Amino acid sequence: MSRIKLHELAHTRTGDKGDISNISVISFRAEDYQRLCQWLTVERVAEHFAELLDPQAPPVRRYELPNVHALNFVLPGILRGGVTRSLALDAHGKTLGAALLDLTL
Amino acid sequence: MKILRIGSGAGYSGDRIEPAIELAEHGQLDYLVFECLAERTIALAQQARLVDPEVGFDPLLSERMRRVLPFVGKGVDGTRRRLRVITNMGAANPLAAAREVRRIAAQMGLSGLKVAALTGDDVLQTLLRDPSQTLDNGKSLEALGDQLISANAYLGVEGIIQALHADADVIITGRVADPSLFLAPQMFEFGWAADDWPLLGRGTLVGHLLECAGQISGGYFADPGVKDVPDLERLGFPLAEIDVTGNAVISKVSGSGGRIDTATCTEQMIYEVHDPAAYLTPDVSADFSTVSFASVGFNEVRVQGADGRTRPESLKVSVGFLDGWIGEGQMSYGGPGALARGRLARDIVLKRLKLTGVVFDEIRAELIGVDALHGNELGSRAESEPWEVRLRVAARCADKTEAIRIGNEVETLYTNGPYGGGGASKSVRQIVAVASLFLPRDEVALQVHLEDIA
Repeated sequence: MSRIKLHELAHTRTGDKGDISNISVISFRAEDYQRLCQWLTVERVAEHFAELLDPQAPPVRRYELPNVHALNFVLPGILRGGVTRSLALDAHGKTLGAALLDLTL
Repeated sequence: MKILRIGSGAGYSGDRIEPAIELAEHGQLDYLVFECLAERTIALAQQARLVDPEVGFDPLLSERMRRVLPFVGKGVDGTRRRLRVITNMGAANPLAAAREVRRIAAQMGLSGLKVAALTGDDVLQTLLRDPSQTLDNGKSLEALGDQLISANAYLGVEGIIQALHADADVIITGRVADPSLFLAPQMFEFGWAADDWPLLGRGTLVGHLLECAGQISGGYFADPGVKDVPDLERLGFPLAEIDVTGNAVISKVSGSGGRIDTATCTEQMIYEVHDPAAYLTPDVSADFSTVSFASVGFNEVRVQGADGRTRPESLKVSVGFLDGWIGEGQMSYGGPGALARGRLARDIVLKRLKLTGVVFDEIRAELIGVDALHGNELGSRAESEPWEVRLRVAARCADKTEAIRIGNEVETLYTNGPYGGGGASKSVRQIVAVASLFLPRDEVALQVHLEDIA
């Protein structure tokens, strides 16, 4: 099978609470959900964001929502202080979900 | 069967106003809820209130009320459904906000409108009885000393329900958990018990879906060619039609812009959620993991399947405190070689800060258009060099005077840096940070105020 990018299978949305970002990954087609579960592991997501994740922070977590064929990734520490004190241009991390779409499955 | 209609009039403090008025006018609503209080907004409002005791509420409160009040109650023509408004625009000063709403109503000749303010979320004095308590950032309250600005508990539905029983038309709160603003009218109208966890979980889901207004009706969604959304310039805000079992249909006013389908609903359901099986509010531990959406018409989605379990024992308190200063400077470069000149500029500024001994706790120096959002590794996936780049240097400093020097060192690139630097900007801002701790429920004294207090 040829290499496919996440954006061909799914859409994403990013939210923030304090210093923790969450990225939902929702497959366009219900039948792709199982492949997503199999391919889009915590390790793959952590590797994609390796440069941005804080090595001191707790690990990335993944939750499954089969009814809506979605995965939810929780990324502690990636906001480097959260919206109130982060030096980041995008302190909310609103653009992170879009960055994830470039992941090669 | 009774169907309750609740609309969402704002997703944040500065949100558009006319979609809320469109809902008030054409949504045949029973309730219009304005959620306007982000995590640290209340700390900023408290700072403003310390300077002027008559402020500290949402800066758009007056304009929103002037526009929406003609539709509240039975409305000026007396023929429509009764519309009530619930909002956390009281921020750090719900009493002054309610006074302002009464003043506007009187000015507009709208007599008989009952305006209620809810207080009790401000727990700063309560917390200070035990200053040794520690926050989730590891610091104690006493260690913050005079940097401490505010402490507000996330209230649940109780106070709002009291105000609804008192027949209030407009209810103004400070810090209340966002979904509780929407759950309260559902519990009041349907008579749901405060420990009927599955129903409270469903009502909380409806609140969670609506609380960011346009984010469920096509905002924060459009991706041309992949996820297209029509007429975002006149995006319609959402409304929910809810039945007594807590099942709901999400829609918007017909003819408004935007898009509501299972994809927009799914994105919003998971927005700002961690464990979908345990979404904690003061009212319930809601479970969204078993929710499903079904399209039931054009821009109409049925939502069902949420559940709930016993609410958390204690209330979350958000503590605002001063945490130093951020100094920032930016400068742009364009044309052939722009990237190399931007990199040279970055190098110069970092060396200058070292050479001149500027003291900072943390610094970021990045090139907007290259590596500012996602770092160098992802940023280098770009296939060609950008035509223009913008250097951005930001540092967190304990001292304001040090923070000022950050922007200055970027600005001096004009005459001391690489060729063709343009459009410099600099800024210094004080950091109002938030941290949290938990407080037993009985430490909070709710009070509903229906009259002005002198």
